Amino acid sequence: MAQQDLPAGGEGGPVVRGRGALLTGRVRRILDSDVVFSFRQSKVTMLAAFITLAMVGVAMLAPWVAPHDPYDLSTVSLLDARVPPVWVEGGDPRFLLGTDDQGRDMLSTIIYGARLSLFVGFASVILAAAIGISLGLLSGYRGGMIDSVIMRIADVQLTFPAILIALLIDGIAHAVLGAGSKEDSAFYVLVFSIALSFWVQFARTVRGSTMVEKNKEYVQAARIIGVPPVLIMIKHVLPNVTGPVLVIATINLAVAIILEATLSFLGVGIPITQPSLGTLIRVGQDFLFSGEWWITIFPGVALAALALAVNLLGDWLRDVLNPKLR
Amino acid sequence: MTSFVVRRLFQSVAVMLAVGLLAFTMFRFIGDPINQMVGIETTPEQREALRVRLGLRDPVIVQFGRFIWDAIQFDFGTSYQFKQPVSEMLAKRLPATLELSIVSAIMAVLIGIPMGVYTGLKRDSWLSKVFLTVSLIGVSLPSFLIGILLIFVFSVQLGWLPSFGRGKVIDLGFWTTGLLTLSGLQAILMPAFTLALFQLTLIMRLVRAEMLEVLRTDYIKFARARGLSKRAINFGHALKNTLVPVMTITGLQFGTVIAFAIITETVFQWPGMGLLFLQSVQNVDIPIMAAYLLLIGFLFVVINLIVDILYYVVDPRLRTERGLGV
Repeated sequence: MAQQDLPAGGEGGPVVRGRGALLTGRVRRILDSDVVFSFRQSKVTMLAAFITLAMVGVAMLAPWVAPHDPYDLSTVSLLDARVPPVWVEGGDPRFLLGTDDQGRDMLSTIIYGARLSLFVGFASVILAAAIGISLGLLSGYRGGMIDSVIMRIADVQLTFPAILIALLIDGIAHAVLGAGSKEDSAFYVLVFSIALSFWVQFARTVRGSTMVEKNKEYVQAARIIGVPPVLIMIKHVLPNVTGPVLVIATINLAVAIILEATLSFLGVGIPITQPSLGTLIRVGQDFLFSGEWWITIFPGVALAALALAVNLLGDWLRDVLNPKLR
Repeated sequence: MTSFVVRRLFQSVAVMLAVGLLAFTMFRFIGDPINQMVGIETTPEQREALRVRLGLRDPVIVQFGRFIWDAIQFDFGTSYQFKQPVSEMLAKRLPATLELSIVSAIMAVLIGIPMGVYTGLKRDSWLSKVFLTVSLIGVSLPSFLIGILLIFVFSVQLGWLPSFGRGKVIDLGFWTTGLLTLSGLQAILMPAFTLALFQLTLIMRLVRAEMLEVLRTDYIKFARARGLSKRAINFGHALKNTLVPVMTITGLQFGTVIAFAIITETVFQWPGMGLLFLQSVQNVDIPIMAAYLLLIGFLFVVINLIVDILYYVVDPRLRTERGLGV
């Protein structure tokens, strides 16, 4: 039901009315839709959306929001190292959540770390979607040999957990690039390895819908009037298979953030010079035993909140967009 | 039956060969194995002689055949970093990983099934809601974070459990076990639980969903009509029928558990194969990476094969026509 209401906004709107009326009509239609209704029904989802938006917002505005700049070494003093949070005895009002072993303000490092985590998450999901959608379209539309090769690769890859694949790709990439390249290329290698471990889900879903779509009349019509296959795939089939892709992307965003944190925690992800949340937790783990718990617990809480919120949003989106589950 | 098993076996061999090809490509073409073996002062002639002697000048297909043949005999070459045979290093660490994985699988089943049954039977009780919320958190949080939190609470704050290692280990000659000493049992508690958590939540949700499904069926209604006790219905009839999918998932997940052990082993410095693999990724120690890949690939293929064959035995519907459709 929701699907029919939503996309109709484009062509369905009457042309006679003025632009403003059209816009409010569209807004009203969106506000009246099932999606928004179910969103307003669920307090948990609203909270999750709020947390996600807040964290994305703060991360995007990091240079203006963060009280300190953790990358600016001139403002960091080793004398401020390991200051506990404000409410603990010995805390310094300048550092709300305390400082790490290098004297960087924890709150600022967490904000910048979350920014990096989110960035890696988004970048790798987009890359994975791009790879998966292209291969899925190709596979579903062409069929035959190409299809079976792509799907066999997908089958084999799907038997292995993503973390293992990402670790392997990471290891291979560093071996190929040489040991010295670790610092500067780490970010790209990380995005690449996460994306390559995720493309299968996109490819499979898109392939399935493409195989349904390609036998429909509009595709046949396009074929008959001589539209080239690539154009048919991109302009005609693609818009009709994007619904499920959105759900997979949201769920995978949470998984990608966790995977990034895990890889960084394992020491093969983002280097310590520009720490992500995972790197912060790994570094902080060493101080857990000497009583400086805030160095690892606060980034951990931030990561947990982010992962949980995005996960909840993904679950909700899946339930709403999949009428079968209702 | 025989033809199905034979076909399935061929597929498994094909997948193993593909994994083997990947491992071989890594082994042979990433980095120069000769450079890793000799010093700087070796002349080009000596290098060439060594190359010929090691067979690195043979056609690639011959080399691949030899690589596979060696791998079948558990000869994975020598570690670049430790200068020891890889197979010995892996064999030494295998018991630690297997013990951890098995204990965690048992934990997951023993805790997950009762929780699933309870939440399935008493859907609206507050305890069920607590279980479900906790399980959501368990799925969403990265496992290393849970491990760190456990260490923080039980090792740092309370001082009850050791935070790293296997404790006192007894050498049985072919196997080293930590399960026979008190310190070993204490040491395995937290890592095993961390590893089990993901599986536990999965099992719990699965049992719950299956219970809800089964309790609606006619034969349960009939059993109620016959006046059987609640206990007999819930456990004798309902639970029994939920166990097949649970066993499948647990079986299929076992490979994932071993892969996820990489993370748990890093958090708790558990001396298993995962930790070895991670170190090899960080040090670009290709032979260990290749061997681990082959080993895990083999494990996955064997588990999948067994599960497929068991399905075939258990479910008569698959015996008609093309069955699994692979």
